[in-house]
Amino acid sequence: MNRRALAVYSAAALAFLHLPLLVLIAFSFNSGRFTVWEGFSLHWYREAFADRQLSEGLANSLIIALVAAPLSTVIGTLAAYGMWKRQARVLSGTLYLSLVTPEIVTGVSLLALFQWTFRFLRLPLGLHTVIVAHVAFSIAYVAIVISARLRNYDRSLEEAALDLGASEWGAFLRVTLPILAPAIAAAGLLALVVSFDDYVITSLVAGVDSETLPMAIYAMARRGVSPVVNAVSALIVVAFGLLILVSQRLQDK
Amino acid sequence: MSARSWYLLPARVWMAIFFAAPLGIVCAYSFLTRGDYGGVEQPWTIENYTRLADPLYLTILWRSLWIAGLATALCALLGFPLALFIARSGRYRNLLLQLVLLPFWTSFLVRTYAWLFILRDTGLINTILLRLHLIAAPLQFLYNDGAVLLGLVYNFLPFFVLPMYATLERLDVALLEAAADLGARPFATLRRVVIPISAPGIAAGSVLVFIPCLGAYLTPDLLGGGKSVMLGNLVQNQFTNARDWPFGSAASLLLMLASALLLAALMRSRVAQELM
Repeated sequence: MNRRALAVYSAAALAFLHLPLLVLIAFSFNSGRFTVWEGFSLHWYREAFADRQLSEGLANSLIIALVAAPLSTVIGTLAAYGMWKRQARVLSGTLYLSLVTPEIVTGVSLLALFQWTFRFLRLPLGLHTVIVAHVAFSIAYVAIVISARLRNYDRSLEEAALDLGASEWGAFLRVTLPILAPAIAAAGLLALVVSFDDYVITSLVAGVDSETLPMAIYAMARRGVSPVVNAVSALIVVAFGLLILVSQRLQDK
Repeated sequence: MSARSWYLLPARVWMAIFFAAPLGIVCAYSFLTRGDYGGVEQPWTIENYTRLADPLYLTILWRSLWIAGLATALCALLGFPLALFIARSGRYRNLLLQLVLLPFWTSFLVRTYAWLFILRDTGLINTILLRLHLIAAPLQFLYNDGAVLLGLVYNFLPFFVLPMYATLERLDVALLEAAADLGARPFATLRRVVIPISAPGIAAGSVLVFIPCLGAYLTPDLLGGGKSVMLGNLVQNQFTNARDWPFGSAASLLLMLASALLLAALMRSRVAQELM
């Protein structure tokens, strides 16, 4: 294939990936309500911050992500380290399976679990059920990031620590963990993003009083055109973009 | 239990209770009968599975496969040249790869909403066409299979580009030169050298796109409206509005089984072993 044709084609494909988001963000700064440019304004951002549904959703989403992400980071890191020390085919297979299971299936099966346990525990749906679900689907993401880092990790470092009299746990804590620290931070940020972003599973296992930000956005998008959604979207795109960039920088370390 | 197993314990317990057990419950429900008030009751039956063969549901199954297949083909058509270009861009490789991945890391919901914003009656395209007096009334772009397809290709294109890039990156330039020296035209080189060598990447990318497309829920829900129902929407509807959990469970398991089989096929491929 001709090199220039290939370049043009690729530029078009990249434009296809980026233009929709750029246009969406551009119109969040429009002063008018309709999709006609009427002038620059931050009006829709003010309105977004004043919206009760959105701010309550944001608060819930932050609580959920700030509990679920650290929890899944700890569990996922330990699992990746354990799988690095010895094969655990069932666990790694399960983690991969959890990644490819359609979200809607994960969501309804968790709903079925919570409904079934309700008979014994009397625990209604709420923030806690969402947190539990988010940890369950984030562990695989964390484990993959940490496993990738461990693949380049020199086993002899830990062996040296053991030879010098460290206990196994001590070698992990004082030799391996510091080396893994950037990867763990990267995995944690990734877990934060996937938790904050989830709509499908969350909407199924959230209670009436635990609406998250994506659920609020979905409801608004369903209702009709509002540049407020554009403004919130723009903020999310920028926030996620920054978190992911930091996460990738950390993974490259 | 050996000391080393303790590291695995939290993940094992969590995944057993909140991933495997829920699937087990759904599996059990799929063989039960729907209760009068939406719950599940005895007797055990396979009726939920035979109902999936009902023409109404076969249509949904067929449409899901068709849309997912078409989306995969379009991702390949867009993604292969893009991956080839990136693989041959020298020092700009990483930058271009980041550009492909960046939209992927922004919220899935936001990316789908972007198309709602562009395609709806009062959306960007209709507004522009109306202003230019090219049309008198807004055109209906949304709520059909085409809109769903567009949304899926947009959302999952990076899934194809990544494994594709991973194989093409290692393509030996000497092979291309050899083909050219032997008189192959660029297109013949592409067809007879590049594509056969990168077949594992094409296969891995296709599976990685096909799995999420087959189980898509949000994209058909937002862009397809009520008209374009895929398997994911069927499952959601059975668990919410229709309150037929046993039938919804059977549909879930069908979806789960298809995803698991495709994953198993992917894990056997060479590219997967290199990427994972």
